[in-house]
Amino acid sequence: MEIGLTHYLTVASILFVVGIFGIFLNRKNVIIILMSIELMLLAVNINFVAFSTHLNDLGGQVFTMFVLTVAAAEAAIGLAILVCFHRNRGTIAVEDVAMMKG
Amino acid sequence: MQAIAFYLFATVACVAGTLVVFARNPVHSVLWLILAFFSTAGLFVLMGAEFLAMLLMIIYVGAVAVLFLFVVMMLDIDFAELRGRVAQYLPLGLAIGVVLIVELSVGFAAWNGMEKKIIDSGTVYGTTNAHALGGVVYTKYVYAFQASGLILLVAMVGAIVLTLRHREGVKTQDVWAQMQRDPKTAVELKDVRPGQSL
Repeated sequence: MEIGLTHYLTVASILFVVGIFGIFLNRKNVIIILMSIELMLLAVNINFVAFSTHLNDLGGQVFTMFVLTVAAAEAAIGLAILVCFHRNRGTIAVEDVAMMKG
Repeated sequence: MQAIAFYLFATVACVAGTLVVFARNPVHSVLWLILAFFSTAGLFVLMGAEFLAMLLMIIYVGAVAVLFLFVVMMLDIDFAELRGRVAQYLPLGLAIGVVLIVELSVGFAAWNGMEKKIIDSGTVYGTTNAHALGGVVYTKYVYAFQASGLILLVAMVGAIVLTLRHREGVKTQDVWAQMQRDPKTAVELKDVRPGQSL
């Protein structure tokens, strides 16, 4: 059986939906939310590379590199904010973030 | 053979992704995330993007996942308390997941295969994937490439600024102050008489 573009797109969409689902399921735990975002970016990367191969256009792979860069930066900044927040509050529950205002 | 490899990697990626979300222990979540990245790298190799597969290993498994592990283990958090009311969030999450899946499948159904055309983007045939990517990245996308470097720099500086704190009363070596000492201020001559203390 030939493995085509559709197969890769299916895997990517499954991973993306799992990522969204993770955000809703673990609403209180920021670390899991960040990991879910990484999963969603991974799904996007699979889409990019699949189309890049399908269209014989390297632009998709170059864009995947940029997505990787942004994902790494986002993870670093997000975890730094998390460490900062935990240092101030002693917890990482998302619901407490609203207490910061005022 | 390629089909077997594809289904293996795809299944492992999907199962690992699901377990990232459902694992009770965040450390296990990170480990499942690493497995998902590994199998996605396998999918990239199957698609002919070897360089990106390597990059995924180095950046995600080598840096991002280790960062996650480090933070999960460094912060002393009661994760059991954080989990809390999963049953409460489950219906909404499932509903949104189903809506997304329906939307995606409607999109798939309406999309009857893009016309396969080759867009010239400097793709070099007969070379390795990394060679071809390098040929494009440093010519056509050079500004975007530099911008991504800038993003990494900003992220690095931001992370350091956010987490660095100066604590009072910590004894550290001040090299400049040490170098600036001269005998006039540092050494005091005392005339000690015999038989007397200072």
